[in-house]
Amino acid sequence: MTVWWLRKKLAPPAVDNRAFDLLSLTTGLVLGVHAPHLPWWLSIALALTLGWRWWQRRQHGSRLPRWLKLPVLVLLTSVVIAYYGTIFGRAPGTTLAVGLLILKLLESETARDVRVGVSFACFALMTALLFDQGLAATALVALGLLPALATLRALEPAQPQTNLSRTLLPSLGLLAATLPLALLAFLLVPRLSTPLWGAPSPTEAQTGLSDSMSPGNFTDLLTDDRPAMRVNFDGAPPAPDQRYFRAYVMWNYDGRSWRYVEAKNDGTLPPAPIEAGAAIGYRIGLEPTHQRMLPTLDVPLAAPAQASLQPDREVLADKPVNAPLSYQLQSALRYRLQPTLDDRSRRLGLRLPVGFNPRALALAAQWRQLYGSDDAAIVRAALSLFHDGGFRYTLAPAPLGRDAVDDFLFDTREGFCEHYSSAFTVLMRDAGIPSRVVTGYQGGYWSTIGDYLLVRNSDAHAWSEVWLAGHGWVRVDPTAAVRPARVELGAAAAAGDQLGWYRNDWMQGLRNHWDLVNRWWDQGVIGFNALRQRGLLSPFGIRDTDTATLSVLLAISSVLFVAIGMAWALMRRQPRDALRVTLRELERKLARKGVVRQSSEGPQHYLSRAARAMPGRRNELASLMQCYLELRYAHDEPPPEPLQAFQRAVRDFRAVDVVK
Amino acid sequence: MRRLLQRLQSWAERRLPALTRYRRSENLPIEMHRRRIYIVPTGFGIGFSVLLMVMLAGALNYTNNAALLLTCLLGAATSTSMLVAFRTLNGLRLSHIRAGHAVAGQPIELTLTFDSTRARSAIRLDLGRTSTAFALDVSGTAYVKLELPTTHRGWQPLPRLRLWSSWPLGMFRAWSWLHPAQSVLVWPQPEASGPPPDAPADDTRHMRLHQGDELATLRDYRVGDPRRHIAWKASAHHHSLLVKDFEQPQSRPQWRLDWRQLPGLGDEARIARLARWLNEAQSQRRHYSLWLPGTEILAGSGPLHYAHCMSALAQLP
Repeated sequence: MTVWWLRKKLAPPAVDNRAFDLLSLTTGLVLGVHAPHLPWWLSIALALTLGWRWWQRRQHGSRLPRWLKLPVLVLLTSVVIAYYGTIFGRAPGTTLAVGLLILKLLESETARDVRVGVSFACFALMTALLFDQGLAATALVALGLLPALATLRALEPAQPQTNLSRTLLPSLGLLAATLPLALLAFLLVPRLSTPLWGAPSPTEAQTGLSDSMSPGNFTDLLTDDRPAMRVNFDGAPPAPDQRYFRAYVMWNYDGRSWRYVEAKNDGTLPPAPIEAGAAIGYRIGLEPTHQRMLPTLDVPLAAPAQASLQPDREVLADKPVNAPLSYQLQSALRYRLQPTLDDRSRRLGLRLPVGFNPRALALAAQWRQLYGSDDAAIVRAALSLFHDGGFRYTLAPAPLGRDAVDDFLFDTREGFCEHYSSAFTVLMRDAGIPSRVVTGYQGGYWSTIGDYLLVRNSDAHAWSEVWLAGHGWVRVDPTAAVRPARVELGAAAAAGDQLGWYRNDWMQGLRNHWDLVNRWWDQGVIGFNALRQRGLLSPFGIRDTDTATLSVLLAISSVLFVAIGMAWALMRRQPRDALRVTLRELERKLARKGVVRQSSEGPQHYLSRAARAMPGRRNELASLMQCYLELRYAHDEPPPEPLQAFQRAVRDFRAVDVVK
Repeated sequence: MRRLLQRLQSWAERRLPALTRYRRSENLPIEMHRRRIYIVPTGFGIGFSVLLMVMLAGALNYTNNAALLLTCLLGAATSTSMLVAFRTLNGLRLSHIRAGHAVAGQPIELTLTFDSTRARSAIRLDLGRTSTAFALDVSGTAYVKLELPTTHRGWQPLPRLRLWSSWPLGMFRAWSWLHPAQSVLVWPQPEASGPPPDAPADDTRHMRLHQGDELATLRDYRVGDPRRHIAWKASAHHHSLLVKDFEQPQSRPQWRLDWRQLPGLGDEARIARLARWLNEAQSQRRHYSLWLPGTEILAGSGPLHYAHCMSALAQLP
C-alpha cells in the first residue's frame, strides 16, 4: 500500500533520467532523419555532442556551465553561415534548427526545457519532410513521434515504472487511435490554391534531364534509380521498342555540348505539321523536376492543360513542375513529322561549328561519295559502323578531347547513349542530312500488378532524328545498333554487370514491387492537391467541393469524432453484480412513485418503508425483500435459479401510488 | 500581481459561483463526473497549438502533404489527450476521510481514500501551497495524507481541495474542486504549566497493582495498532488479525478531574488546565475520570479513554 503525502510545492525539480533518455532518443532520431542532407562532418559532430551530453548527465547529473551556451551558439551559427553562406533557406534553416535542438538538449534540466525541446523536435521532424516526402521517409518521421510523445508522458508524476521499450507502446496506441481523425482532417483541411508566401526554390542540383547534353553528364542520371514518372495507358502499352518519351529537342551544337533553345516568340510558331496514324491515350504522373519540360510519348498530338506544344513537338508547361504532376494526353506512334522542311530548319539542322572533328567530316564525305544522294543508305552505313566497328557500351567511358566526336569514333569507341547520339548526329550533318538530338526516356518497367509503366531516372536516353525526304523526321537510335538490349530490355540490362550488387535481378524485382506501394503513396497522399480535393465529393454528386463546404464537413466530422471520443471517455465499467442491478431496477420503479432510497438506508429498511407506503403491494414487497436478503446474505455468490426468479419477480412488479 | 489575481478570484467566487465553478461542500463519497470536471489547456498546450498552426501553415503553403499528414496526426493526438485527461478524473471517488488527532496550533493529519474501478496515473491534489501526485493501481485504491493547520479547538471544517491531472501529454489540465462536508475535531491546547489536580492521598484502596504489560485479552485488529502487538499465532486460526490487549499497569492513584474544581478561571483556561491534567494522567498511566458540564466520563485509562476525554473537552461550547 502506497501512501502519498501532500508536500510544499518546490521550485521545478530536475527531470528524471527516463524523461531525459527519451528526449535524447527523440533528438537522435531527428538527427538521423536529417543526416542525409546535413554536411557529414556536422552530423558526426552533432551526434557526438548528443552522445556526450547524454553520458555526462547520466554520469554526473550536473548542469552545464552557463557561459558555455553563448560560444556554442555562436559557433553553430557561424558554421552554418560559413558552409551555406546564409541562414535562410531550406537547407541552412533546417541545419540550424537541428543544431539548435541539440544545443537545447545541453541545457535541458527542468520539465519546461524538456517540453520546449519536444515541441521543437516535432517541428524539426516536419522539416525533414520538406526534403523527401516519400513513404519510407514519412514513416520514419512518424516513428520519431513515438519517443517525443513518450517524453511528454514521462514528465508526468506518479505513474507505473516500466522499461524503456514499454514506455513507447502507449504513444503508439495514442497515435493509432487518432489515425482516423488525422486522416479525416488530412482529407478535409482546405488546400491553398496559391501559396501564402514564396514557394521553396531548391538551388541544389537536381538530377533529371537538363536542357543541355554534353558527353558524360548523363552518368549521374543513369545510376539514379528513383522514379521519374509513371505512365498509365488507356489501352495496351506500346511495344518495348516504341517506348520513347520525348523531352528536349536539341539543335545547337558547339563542338562539345548540345543545347536546347526555347522558341523565342513563344506560342506564335505553330507546332510542326504532322500526319499521324492511330492515337494512343495515356496519363503520365511526373515526379517534380523543377523544370518546365514535360516528357511525352513520341510524338504528342496536343498539349495538356496549362502547357503548350512547341514547334518541335515538345510539351512545355507554363510553370516549373515543383510538385508531382499528372497529365493526360495523346500521341501517335506512327507518324510523318514535318514532311516538308523549311529553309530555316534545314539551315539549323545542318549547322556545325567550324574546325571541329575533321576525321568525321572526311568519313561523311566518303559516304556521300559512295552512296550519292541516298540519305537512307548513309544512315544505314553509320548504324552499321556502330554495330560492327568495335564499339562498346559502357557507363564509364574514357574522357574525350577537343574533337570529341573524332576521339570517340576513331579512338576510344566506348560510351553510352549520349556519345552515340551526339556522334551520329554530327556524322549526319557532315553528310548533309538535317538531323538533331532528342533526349528523354526510353523503356521502363511494366508493372503487371499495377498496370502501369514505371520510368526511372536511369531510363534517361538520348537519340537522334534525321530528316529524310518523304518520311519527315525519322527517329534513329544509334545506341540500339551497339547494344540492342538497351532498347529492348532497358538500361539496367544494357549496363550489364557495371552496376552495383543492389541492382541484380531479385533485388530489382523487390524494388519494382516497392515502387507499387510508393506509387500508391504518391498518388493517394502526395498528389492529393487542391484540384483533387475539389473533386472529393464527386461520387456523391457534388462536382465542386469549395472551401466553405470543406470547412463545414470538417466541422461536422470533428464533432462526430468528439462524440465518439466522449462516449469512450464517459464509458464506465458497470458493476457485474446482477443482484444489485436487479435491486436498482426495483428502486427505480419505486422511486417513480416517490419512494426514493436514502443513501443511509439499507435494503431491508427501504423495502419495509416502501411496503408501508404501498399497502396494496405489501406482500409482494415483503417477499421480494426476503428473496433479496436470502440471495445476498445466505451465499457468497447468489445461485442462478433463485436469482432468475427474483429478476422475473422484479420485472413483473408493478408499483402503485403511494398512500398518503 | 499575484495578490491582485487572488483577490479577483475570491471576489469572483463570491459573486459568480456558477461561473467560477465554486462548489458548496458536499457529503462523502464524492465522485468525479462530467458535470464537475473542467478542462483547460495548459501554457504548454497553448504553445504547442500555436506550433501546430505554424506547421499547418507551412505544410499547406509548400503543398507538402506528408508534412500535413504529420501535423494532422499530432493535432489529433493532442485533442485525444484532452479526452484522456478527462478520463483520468472521470469516475474517481473520494470515498472517505480519516482524521488523526491534534491539539490546536498543531497540524492535523488527514488520510483521504480515493478509489476507482480501474488504474489511473498522475492525479494531483492541491491544498494551498502544498501538493502531491498519486496513482491508483489495478486494485483501485490510493491513500493520500495531508496536514491541515489548525488554530483553535473544536470542529473545524475541511478546506476546499483541488484535484487535477494533466496526464498524458501535459497539454490539457482536467480539474475539479473537492469540498467534503466533513469536519475534524481539534483538541484543546493544554496550558504550559500549572498546579496538579487535588488528588486523594495515595490510597491503597485504589491501588490495583498489575504485573506490567500482562496479556489480558485478544481483540480484533484496528487500524493504528502497533504491529508488534499482533498475535500472529492466534491470528493464523482466524479470519482476521488478532491483537494482544494489555492491561495498563496501574501504580498510581486514580484522579477525579472535575470542571467544578476550578472556580475562578475562565472557560478556556479551565479547558487548558484539564487538558494538561489529562496529558499528565495519560503519561503517568493513571486511571482517571472526568466531569464536565453536561458530560461525565467514568474512570478509565488507555488511549481510547484519553481520546474520549479530549474530544469531550474539545466539544465544550
